[in-house]
Amino acid sequence: MNPLQLCLAFSSLLFAVGLAGALARNNSILVLLGLELMLNAANLNFIAFWRFHPGAAPATGVIFVIFAIAVTAAETAVGLALVIALYRHQQNIRLSEANRLKG
Amino acid sequence: MNAVLILIALATVGTAVLAMSRRNLLHSVLLLAGSWAGVGAFFLWAGAEFAAFAQVLVYVGAISMVVLFAVLLTRRSREDLIPGPVYRGRAFYAMLAGGAVAAVLLAAVARAPLAVSAGAAPAVSVRQIGGELMGPHAASLLVVGVLLTVALLGAVVLAAGDRPENPEDAP
Repeated sequence: MNPLQLCLAFSSLLFAVGLAGALARNNSILVLLGLELMLNAANLNFIAFWRFHPGAAPATGVIFVIFAIAVTAAETAVGLALVIALYRHQQNIRLSEANRLKG
Repeated sequence: MNAVLILIALATVGTAVLAMSRRNLLHSVLLLAGSWAGVGAFFLWAGAEFAAFAQVLVYVGAISMVVLFAVLLTRRSREDLIPGPVYRGRAFYAMLAGGAVAAVLLAAVARAPLAVSAGAAPAVSVRQIGGELMGPHAASLLVVGVLLTVALLGAVVLAAGDRPENPEDAP
């Protein structure tokens, strides 16, 4: 395995951990944190390809990651606001009880 | 060089797994801060210092604190930190899905003919990044600024809730 493949394997594992966590947990904050892990894995890929791919433009990967981090920050703010709204609504943040719209 | 990478990867994935499997929410958040710091260490390893600093500032500094505040704001007692019953079936299928995705991705990565440049990391100064952001990427920078503003306003609106108006307060 060359270093690029190692980096990609690392980010694949991180993505899988985030996915499993987001699917398994019943706590909405932990689901949000699983999403964060998956986004971090994507950022890892950007940097890995920027570092190892021949002929890449000098700053592309870094700028891509900076934009991704900014978008993630916005997503987290909205997600945590939703968690707090959910808490106000049902006095806990368990996803299994957030079924009021269920048909 | 590869040994350092493997060490960083093991530490990051290990803390992430621990964080996702802990029952205490506070432990999870603190462990995840360690995992994000590991990702920042990877950025440093790859030579992207600016991205590493952004990662530490935004994730380890800001997002983990905001998440901690959310954890502490959404509980009523000490017992609330330990969430309700564990759904064994759901955890099993989630691990199955995660394992399947990991297997597919790892197989694809192992087989892909990926070319690697032998040279050192591309050297990027902060000045260069600033020039790129203000020059060719100025439009996207503005869009991201607008997105952040709108998202934060939306977050305030969502979290503030609608308090019923008290008729006695009306002028």
